[in-house]
Amino acid sequence: MTNAIEISGLTKRFGPILAVDHVSFSVTQGEVLGFLGPNGAGKSTSMKMITGFLRPDAGRSQICGHDMDSDPLAAKRKIGYLPEGAPAYGDMTPASYLKFIADARGLTGAKRAQGLEDAIARSHLEHVLYQPIETLSKGFKRRVGLAQAILHNPPVLVLDEPTDGLDPNQKHEVRQMIRDMAAEKCIIISTHILEEVNAICSRALIIAKGKIVADGTPHDLETRSPYHNAVTVVTAPQALEDMVALLKALPDVATLDIEDQPDSHGCVKVTAFPQEDRMIINQISAALQGCELPVREMTVERGRLEDVFRQVTLSDAHNAA
Amino acid sequence: MLTPLWTICRRELASYFATPVALVFIVVFLALSAALTFFVGNFFVRGQADLQSFFMWHPWLYLFLIPAMTMRLWAEEHKTGTIEMLLTLPMPLPAIVLGKFLAAWLFTGLALALTFPIWIAVNVLGRPDNGVIIASYFGSFLMAGAFLSIGACLSAVTKNQVIAFVLTACLCFLFTVSGSPVILAFFSGWAPEGLLSLVAGLSFLEHFQAIMRGVVDVRDGFYFLSVITLFLFMNTVIVEWRKA
Repeated sequence: MTNAIEISGLTKRFGPILAVDHVSFSVTQGEVLGFLGPNGAGKSTSMKMITGFLRPDAGRSQICGHDMDSDPLAAKRKIGYLPEGAPAYGDMTPASYLKFIADARGLTGAKRAQGLEDAIARSHLEHVLYQPIETLSKGFKRRVGLAQAILHNPPVLVLDEPTDGLDPNQKHEVRQMIRDMAAEKCIIISTHILEEVNAICSRALIIAKGKIVADGTPHDLETRSPYHNAVTVVTAPQALEDMVALLKALPDVATLDIEDQPDSHGCVKVTAFPQEDRMIINQISAALQGCELPVREMTVERGRLEDVFRQVTLSDAHNAA
Repeated sequence: MLTPLWTICRRELASYFATPVALVFIVVFLALSAALTFFVGNFFVRGQADLQSFFMWHPWLYLFLIPAMTMRLWAEEHKTGTIEMLLTLPMPLPAIVLGKFLAAWLFTGLALALTFPIWIAVNVLGRPDNGVIIASYFGSFLMAGAFLSIGACLSAVTKNQVIAFVLTACLCFLFTVSGSPVILAFFSGWAPEGLLSLVAGLSFLEHFQAIMRGVVDVRDGFYFLSVITLFLFMNTVIVEWRKA
């Protein structure tokens, strides 16, 4: 079986700036790939090349086996694309706009009617169908953009910041929509909201300065965080010293991070980082059982995507500099 | 090729009528062409049953009305980002370029057709040569197409509509007057005879006036069609080039 999306050596230069630098990856059906990176890292540029809007300086993108360069129409037919900011013709209504897209995609008869009905129902556009798009709120505009992307039920969806600027309820809805379609499609979304990656992506790809710097499941990436499997103990200020001594004595604890400024509840926090590949929660809880130290709270850190994100995108910047 | 062309054309036409563009363009075109015909062209004073004093203003009306109509054609798509939608749809680029142009041309044709009362008037008042009038209408329509293709092409150059307007107006002006003594005097003296006649031959005015006089020459029609083809081709190249 061919991969739904096959990208190899994609490169784009804008004047002296290398926006995308030999990016290669492939995505299969059922995967939701989160495309992460700081602003200006080359996310949108990559997506524009994948969807055939920009011509790459080097490299190729294949969509369901169709090469974007040699057979652009066949490749474009397989993609639903939501460009950044969800642009649409403001003077049209969602109804007339979606009909235009359906015609432009060559849908006819029952397929066209079904596509329109599904897209409108899935994006909840029923109540605004006959209002000019320019009068709609940001959330509805985004939904119009999503509706046109899924109209022809494409096997590949490329969504550039689909939840940007939406309120929490709308974000939830859009994520639900993506989750519903995940199994039967191959989806790439770009975002800089990291919680979103945990919420919907089966795989995350971090790009910085035009290069891929990390690729894995959100869980894989979290394990690269120094906080992965660290244990945080919240205790009373007067017991802090004893707590630190107790934790330091444990063999698998590598280092400690101490916050000795009491928080709003008058509590202080100690975070213990494990030696490589060790679990320390058992040791710590056993040690705490045997003493009388007050413990308000104890949590195992999963590792934060933010830390990994900062780590890989900033270290790359340092290397470059 | 034809289905996408028609899809684009329909959308563009609908957008003229969804915004005040259609109304403003048609009203201004009709009002100005009538005013110029009667007050400046001395339609009645001339006492002749023809539409010379009507058609003679068309190049000058087009000169500022058509750039206003075409300036948004591509510039707006670039400005609002809809170009990204448009060019990732599975449609061949020439079909999109032609569709946009055709919509603008059909619309101008409609405005032109709505001047029919003046044709009725001249037929009521006298016995004009209707063959000449039909030829003139046809010539005016072809000339409008040439203006439009220049406008469409230059609108693709920028995302700023004002720049598109100014560039189009300037180039259209040059094309209109290139046969005039002022322009020719600029070339005569140093330029070879061949270039001189080439520049003179580019004039919209010359070709249109030939048709207006009722001298129907295939070459005049062919001239306008060549201009349209050339500029639409350049339009396609520019849009394609801006993708890279």
